[in-house]
Amino acid sequence: MKTFALLLFSGLALGAIYALIALGFTVVFRASRIINFAQGSLLALGALLVSALVSAHGLPFWLAFLIGAALTAAAGLAFQALVLRFAVGKPDFTVVMLTLGFAIVVGGALDAAFGAVPRSNGDPWGASIAHVAGLAVTWVEVWTIVSAVVLLVAFRFMNQHTKYGLAMRSAAADTEAAIAVGIPIRRVHGLAWVLAGLVACVAGVFLGGYPNSVSPSLSDVAFFAFPAIILGGIDSTTGAVIGGFIIGVVQQLTSGYQPQYAAFLGQDFYVAAPYIVMIILLLVRPYGLFGSRPAERL
Amino acid sequence: MSSFGRFARSSLSRPGRVATVAAVVVGILLPFWVGGYWLSTLVFVLIAALGALGLDVLTGRTGQISLGHAFFLMVGAYAGGYLGGNLHLSALLWIPAAGVVAGILGALTALTAMRLRGLYLGIVTLGLVFIGGQWLAPSWRTVSGGPGGRPLPVPGNGSFSFSNGLSIGSLSIDENGLYYYLAFILLGLGMIYVHNLGRSRIGRNMAAVRDRELAAAVLGVNVARTKTTAFIVSSIMAGLAGAMYGSFLGFVTPGEFDLLLSIQYVIMIVVGGLGSLWGPALGALFVVGLPAFLQNEAANLPFLEGGARTTGIPVADATYIVYGVLLVVLLLLEPRGLVGLAQRIGSLVRRRRAVPKELGVVTSLTQEG
Repeated sequence: MKTFALLLFSGLALGAIYALIALGFTVVFRASRIINFAQGSLLALGALLVSALVSAHGLPFWLAFLIGAALTAAAGLAFQALVLRFAVGKPDFTVVMLTLGFAIVVGGALDAAFGAVPRSNGDPWGASIAHVAGLAVTWVEVWTIVSAVVLLVAFRFMNQHTKYGLAMRSAAADTEAAIAVGIPIRRVHGLAWVLAGLVACVAGVFLGGYPNSVSPSLSDVAFFAFPAIILGGIDSTTGAVIGGFIIGVVQQLTSGYQPQYAAFLGQDFYVAAPYIVMIILLLVRPYGLFGSRPAERL
Repeated sequence: MSSFGRFARSSLSRPGRVATVAAVVVGILLPFWVGGYWLSTLVFVLIAALGALGLDVLTGRTGQISLGHAFFLMVGAYAGGYLGGNLHLSALLWIPAAGVVAGILGALTALTAMRLRGLYLGIVTLGLVFIGGQWLAPSWRTVSGGPGGRPLPVPGNGSFSFSNGLSIGSLSIDENGLYYYLAFILLGLGMIYVHNLGRSRIGRNMAAVRDRELAAAVLGVNVARTKTTAFIVSSIMAGLAGAMYGSFLGFVTPGEFDLLLSIQYVIMIVVGGLGSLWGPALGALFVVGLPAFLQNEAANLPFLEGGARTTGIPVADATYIVYGVLLVVLLLLEPRGLVGLAQRIGSLVRRRRAVPKELGVVTSLTQEG
């Protein structure tokens, strides 16, 4: 029972990170109907920036975190403003490929600048232990969950109760109608990329916490969040968050129990588990748990 | 008249015909001019071109986004390795069989893909790479040799083996040369097949599904069958390419067939020119040739790490930065890729302000919604 609770808690911490990554995907998807392949690269960029600011420039962690998040958001905004705006009206495939190109450039540049050496994420907690309800968990996990929940609630508030949220929701519902009633669509797209950069940086920093470390290959983790967005339904922010937590818990429980109870599945089964869950779900509900089936017109 | 004659006469424009004949002649003579490093680079280019040709049937011609190509390459490599290496079959059997096994898995994937569109499909095919490459392959040791990898046999039949080379009279071809010609022939056959496919009923159905799936279905195109065909053709070519790649390299590990490899193939077809006959080959030449070139010339090029210089951008990273920048620039300025660029240059050279001919260019790869 104690093992289960521990696995559940670390699953929730992992799920919180997936939820943040998934939120980043969904925000961009709702704004421009494309999957942003650069989300993982932004995540690695943010984590490496924070790590470098702390270790090389000796900044306090929270200040480095703020600067890193701002810079990552700026990188997202710059890509939107310098490249994507010229692709408005092009086929979705083109825009997706553009984000892939951005991801490749950022990945190559990060590799060249930082090398593949694992680094500390710069957080003050290290491997220190917290006691939560009789369980010994790491402070990193605790802060991961707290920060993710705060961010998710803040996003929800912005989305539902501010004029920017309203603009984003209307742009997501019908871009042309939104333009027609005077919503500044470019600014909405820019805002989406700023948010994507912000959540990417937060996810990256916490992902690099103990027992992990920060390196350019951190970007691969974004691909593990794909099952989360598919599970929740790609156009639903609520779904993305719930999907993220489900995938995190599934992955941790699998890695904890499967070697013991289903060893014949091999030792790397937990890597594949989220994707298997996703494929089964897609066969039953092709648009995810909370996604909407788009109407088709000739 | 032979089918190749018909192919060459009936359907290519005159400059197209001249270019094709030139490419074939140069292709046949090339191993006599270059050897060693560059010849083996060319073998890798031809093998990658075959794989890219398959992906283009699926993505460029049928509009189905796939990030799972590395999975089918891996299946081909392991099927070939197992049949040729463990069961000691002749290369006349294990190379085609690698394609067949990959094709069967492609058909199975298509069954699930039927229910999905656009980006959802891309993500499920991405799942194949994770499920296959990170879990199934390392776990299934009999076939894959585990995470450490497995050797692949050199093609041979009876007493003939690629490793001994081939002598016809005074003409002798070494092992690399034999691999080159085998890959050259496979790619040539594949290109003739894809060219004919494009002008057949199936090819037109594929284009209809790509351009507007719902409209195609309403007009009586069997969408499910068309997509399945595209998946099978694509994965057969990937399987053949994977077996050739593994055999030429001699040894493969599951880790090689990762998402990055899938992405490289996507770059090949987009940079080369989607839905065009020569696009995959040009894209493969660029994607495989560029790192080989940079690796060789690193000492003579500025900013790169190599030779006496220990600081600088590592070649692999520089390669990816160039890939990404070129991908973005081409998508924005010349969506028809290198083929489109070549056509522009061609029409400039001919000093005619003719509009370049369309080569079945992808006009809309839209996702429903």
